[in-house]
Order: sequence, then C-alpha cells, then structure tokens
Amino acid sequence: MFRNPNMNTAALADQYLKINPELVTEILSRFIQAEIRRAKFERAVVGLSGGLDSSVVTFLCARALGPENVLAVTLPYKTSSESTRRDSQAVVECSGVRTIDLPITDQVDAYFARAGEASQLRLANKCARERMTVLYDQSAAFGALVVGTSNKSELLLGYGTQYGDMASAINPIGDLYKTQLRPLAQHLGVPATILAKQPTGDLWVGQTDEGELGFSYADADRLMVLLVDRRWRRAELVKAGFAPELIDRIATLIRRNHYKRRMPVIAKLSLRTMDRDFRYARDWGT
Amino acid sequence: MERNVSMTDDGAGRRVALAQIAPALGDVPRNLALHLEQIEAARRQHADLIVFPELSLTGYFVRDMVPDLALSPDGPEVRQLIDAAGPMAIVVGLIEESPRHRFYNVALWAEGGRVVHVHRKVYLPTYGLFDEQRYFAAGERFVAFETARFGRVGILLCEDFWHLSAAAVMQAEEIDLLICPSDSPVRGVEGPNVRISETYEQLSKAFSQLLGATVIVVNRVGFEDGLCFWGGSIAVGPDGRTIAQAPMLDPSLTLAAFDSLELRRQRLITPLGRDERLLVTIEEFNRIRRKRYE
Repeated sequence: MFRNPNMNTAALADQYLKINPELVTEILSRFIQAEIRRAKFERAVVGLSGGLDSSVVTFLCARALGPENVLAVTLPYKTSSESTRRDSQAVVECSGVRTIDLPITDQVDAYFARAGEASQLRLANKCARERMTVLYDQSAAFGALVVGTSNKSELLLGYGTQYGDMASAINPIGDLYKTQLRPLAQHLGVPATILAKQPTGDLWVGQTDEGELGFSYADADRLMVLLVDRRWRRAELVKAGFAPELIDRIATLIRRNHYKRRMPVIAKLSLRTMDRDFRYARDWGT
Repeated sequence: MERNVSMTDDGAGRRVALAQIAPALGDVPRNLALHLEQIEAARRQHADLIVFPELSLTGYFVRDMVPDLALSPDGPEVRQLIDAAGPMAIVVGLIEESPRHRFYNVALWAEGGRVVHVHRKVYLPTYGLFDEQRYFAAGERFVAFETARFGRVGILLCEDFWHLSAAAVMQAEEIDLLICPSDSPVRGVEGPNVRISETYEQLSKAFSQLLGATVIVVNRVGFEDGLCFWGGSIAVGPDGRTIAQAPMLDPSLTLAAFDSLELRRQRLITPLGRDERLLVTIEEFNRIRRKRYE
C-alpha cells in the first residue's frame, strides 16, 4: 500500500531500532525487581494472550522474580481462537510460571444482553476493560502488581484500550517498538510458533493488527523511530522516500491518541494542581 | 602557589573506593545509613578516599521534594559522615540550601574532620528527560582545592563533565585529580554496553590524558520512575589507562589503587600542562566576548 523509504534510510532506521537483547534483558529484569520490590511486593500478574508482547513480559517476569512468583492469567472470550490457548499453554510450560484460566465470556455477554447489541469496537474495548478488572482483582488475591504488556508502537499509535490493556502498575516493554520485541523474545526463549505469528487482538477470525491499522509494524516502526526518537521533520522523511500518506496517517494517530497516554485533564484553580505544579516522581515515598 | 603535600612527590600509593550505590529516593536517613555502611567497608579496605555519586544522600528525581531534602554542608548529617570516615577523605552528593534560600545540587570534599570544598553544579541539564533548572540554582564557579593526600583536586558534577570549558578551567587550575560524581540514566541499548556509558568512558580517558590527571567517575545504580542508572564507575590514570571499573547496573564498592608517581612520569612524557598558554586562551576568549557581547 505504501512506498518504502530508500535503502539507506531503511538501513539507518534499522540501526536505530537495533537492540542488544542480552543487555535489554539485564536492564528489564532489574527494572521489574526494583519497581515491584519498592512497592513492597515480590510477585507479578500478567494477562497472557499467547501473543508476542505478553509472552515476552511473562518470560521477563519469570526471570526477574522466579516463575513461582508470576501468575499468568488467560482471559479468553468465546471468539478467542484455539491457537491462542495453545500458545499461552506453551509459554506457561516453557517459563514455568503459575497460571489460571478465567474466561470473560459470561460477564461480557451478560452486559451486552442488557445494554443492547454493540459495534465491534465497543465489544473489543469492553473485553479489554473486563480483562483489566480481572487482572487487578487477581493481583490483590495473589499479592502482586499488574505488569503491563503494551509496546511502544501500540502506545504511540493509540492501538490499545484506555484503562483496558493499557492499564498496569509497571510496564517493562513500553519503550520497545514491536519489531524490537522479536529479537528480545528470541533471546528469552519464547516458543517459535509465537515468534512466527501475525500480531492480532484475536477479536474475530483472521483479525490482524496490521490489517486493521493498514500498514505494517516494520514500516511504522522505521518511520516512528526517525520521527519520534530522532526528531526528523516531515520534509526530511518525504525526501528519504516515506510515503506522505503514511507519514500523515501515523503522525495523526500519534497526536490524536495522546490523551490515552496521559492522566485526565484537571481544571486548575489552586496554587498547586496534581500533575501540573505538584511534581513528584511516581516512585515518591517508596 | 607551592603545595605542602602532593600526589606527585611522596611516592606512596593511593586507594580510592568508588561507592556505586543505589540511593533511596527522598529518604535521607536511609541513605545516610547506606553511606555509613560503605564508609565502614572502605575503611576496612584501607581506602584513602571514598567517592559517592551525585545527590547520593537524596536520590535523583527529587523535584518538588528539593526544599524538604536540603541540608547544610555544616549540618549533622555531613558531620556524621566525616566522623565515621576518620582519616579517609570523602566526596558526598547532597542538596544545599543557601542562606538566601537557593537550592544547589552540590558535591563536597571533606577530610581531616572538616569540609574542604563544596562544588555547586554549574551546568544543570534541562532537556530531554532532565529538568534540573526548574528545581536548582546554578553554581557559578569551577575552583580547584588542595588536599592532604591527593594533591590539587577538582570536582565536576555529572553534566559539568560534558562541558569542555569546565575541563579547560580544571586544566588551568593544574589539578592532579578530577572527580565526577554522576547520576546518568540509560539511553541507547544497541551495543555491548549502554551507549551513554561509552561516552563517559571516552570523556574520562580523554580528560585524563589532556589534563595529565587521574580521573574518577562514580555513577549510581538503581531505578527511579523507570530510569535505570547504569553504574559502570571508572578510575582512569593520567596515561588514559583504566585502573578499575565497577560493574554495570549493580551496586558495588570498587577499590582503585593508584601509583601516585605515575602523574610525574606522565607529565614528563607529555607535558601538556606545562605548555599551556593561559594568556593566549584568555586573550582569545576576551576577543570572542567583545565580538559577541559588546
């Protein structure tokens, strides 16, 4: 659909996207340990879908905290595919973490039976938020923090549900683009079937992220690493061969979805207002 | 100015402890206890000097906590550390509140039972992830000072170390030892090491050779709000060779043993300090000042 950047720019972007999986694993394991322990916890809860992101996070948590301290919760809806279940199972077996299966079909269907039929988008958002409430409840039961699984590509593009899959206490992979997760997954020993499959929200048969977004993560990540991380201007990206439609589409998604990445807007009245001039680190007091 | 004692003339070795700690954010009592532990461990290993990272008594992302965490260099907390250190010199990082209620990011050198020098950070990074000018007043001096066992010493705090002009002043000050307490977070994870750590290593090696001085960088470890401080503290001799390096990412107390005669040898081999033309530099800076400001 879109023209690719010229080869030099693609190679440069790939250089910027390169990670040393070993070093990243060392940093992220310590991140999970430090951030969970400073909140006086030892354990983690992860919503496991059998996709690349949640599999990577499950492996990282197992490594950081010991598999016995990690609870992978599978939260299928009735339309979830069989491969989702199989892949999640494989992750649990390989990583040795604890697991619990808590389908969300009953409560989601009960709600829509009362609220009336809804669009695909409402159903998707409802499922994501239903999963969130279950994860937070399970984290209380297990004495753990919820560890997030949104990657940088999704966070920038707004391809996630606010207070749904975007909700977590800490997120180890939120600064890694989708294409950077693959080498990390490989290094961590994520099963090959998961590495090979197309990213999907698993909402209906044949759904893929890239089909819905209308571009590939490979193209988007190259563009975003230049636009966001390296501060290239639009004209520079066009000159380097990126299709103007792709640049504008992605820039718009990033801008339009910024609200999802922030706290709700507070009407300022006093001298010190939360998150404006009441400035403390999130880790304040831990 | 003549010195009484210098690294260059007594021939004895010097042992420096690089205290690569993970301070607790905003918890001075806890950090004080951590400092005392490290001082005790360094004394057991017969260190002559222990160097802590930037803001070692408070943690880095102090933001609106700044006025609540500020201390006096003459206060009881620093006193406790000086007393515990005994004959050992110490470099500690803290927030100083001035009599005019300005708050400075400082590192102090204490030895012989008293504070010898307080360096107020001049270059407060306020870009990218940094926001220091919002919270701190900027120092205005780069001054070296005489010490009992390390000759003439200069302190550059973290971002100060990235300014060539600061190093040039230290060269004009004819220092023997340059100390850089630092709180540097991870950026760049594509190579074998954190990218920013390689820059620090390059700067340490360049400055040690250009100044003909020993360089010690002590960087903290641990996490604050998702930022990973990478450690990797390093001691480099005046010939640009690494004498000791602490591990990446993990806390450590790393001992660096210096041959104090190496300064003399290096200055014989490459007498850059002797050949410096201070008046030429000043004249050129004055010319530029006239052009730019007059």
